[in-house]
Amino acid sequence: MHELSITKNIVAIVNERAKGRKVVRVQLEIGKLSAIVPESIRFCFDVCAKDTCLSGAKLEITEIWPIGRCHSCHQDFSLDLVNAQCPCGSRQFECITGQEMKIKEMEVE
Amino acid sequence: MCTTCGCSDDATPRIDGVHQHLHEHTHDHSHGEITHSHAHSHVHDHDHVHDHDHDHDHGHTATRSILKLEEDILAKNNLIAAENRGFFAGRKVLAINLVSSPGSGKTSLLEETIRSLSAKKAIAVIEGDQETENDAQRIRATGVKVVQINTGSGCHLEADSVAVAIKKVDPEQGSIVFIENVGNLVCPALFDLGEAAKVAMLSVTEGEDKPLKYPHMFRAATALIINKIDLLPYLKFDLEKCKENALRVNPALRIFCLSAQMQVGMDAWCDWLIDRSK
Repeated sequence: MHELSITKNIVAIVNERAKGRKVVRVQLEIGKLSAIVPESIRFCFDVCAKDTCLSGAKLEITEIWPIGRCHSCHQDFSLDLVNAQCPCGSRQFECITGQEMKIKEMEVE
Repeated sequence: MCTTCGCSDDATPRIDGVHQHLHEHTHDHSHGEITHSHAHSHVHDHDHVHDHDHDHDHGHTATRSILKLEEDILAKNNLIAAENRGFFAGRKVLAINLVSSPGSGKTSLLEETIRSLSAKKAIAVIEGDQETENDAQRIRATGVKVVQINTGSGCHLEADSVAVAIKKVDPEQGSIVFIENVGNLVCPALFDLGEAAKVAMLSVTEGEDKPLKYPHMFRAATALIINKIDLLPYLKFDLEKCKENALRVNPALRIFCLSAQMQVGMDAWCDWLIDRSK
């Protein structure tokens, strides 16, 4: 259940940046390859945010689909987590999106 | 409960049985009529490394504003991991983060690797387990330096407790440091400890579809060890299928098939380590 320690990190970072102001919204970007389950983050968020300036804040999570860039045909393709292969057949590629674990922005009062 | 500050947090790591302070403490500071609450992260190695960053904003406005952060959620862990990486680079140490399910043979692999390599290389080990000193005792019996981290309820090692353990184990110039992570194929994939490579391990008593079931770990790894191959005649494990599954998840994975306990196939693995530590 690493999402609990991940959520504690999110709350700590936002709390630090809020400098005492009330936080009304937090937006995250979570890549599909990041091994983080958004539902678990949501589950932990209210508990971790309790008694902080994030209490009652709305949590928005944007999930980022993984995209690979093929080294053979130089095309971008939608990356399958359990079959890492370009449609052209090549397995030589780099992952250009899908690994995000980011706090994108926050809204304060 | 923490005996130093009274915090109730059994997820707090202990290093060689000594409790480490990696808690979040909230302090209230009064500035005239305004009271601010600050969260501080303290890494106490009983020689007190404090990171106090006070940044006060006294502007008070009722209007809402959006702050763009673009900040990595694991930024704090990644920063400490980068410091660990710098420490290793400074001593020309090869650091290997060994990850697997419980019981696939990580400690046995380390015992045999130490026996094979200790004449050529200085080796040190950082052991991660939720509880007990058992693995550290097994490694200590081989004669190398070892530090045990107990994570309590924590399911993975993080860079901060490893930072403390590295300094305690004090690896020699040009040595190899093995970090045996908590037996878990999920969470350790996320947390950079400052290693040169993650090495994932599975044994033939597990399913050959494990790389497909836990793709994050096999994708994060540089090498895969398939252990206990001496048991293959007694099992329905399809070794070629297992390799194929692992390569489907991570085509760049270097695979070693061996039996640590029967000392079969150890040479290719040890040569790979020696090669990388040059």
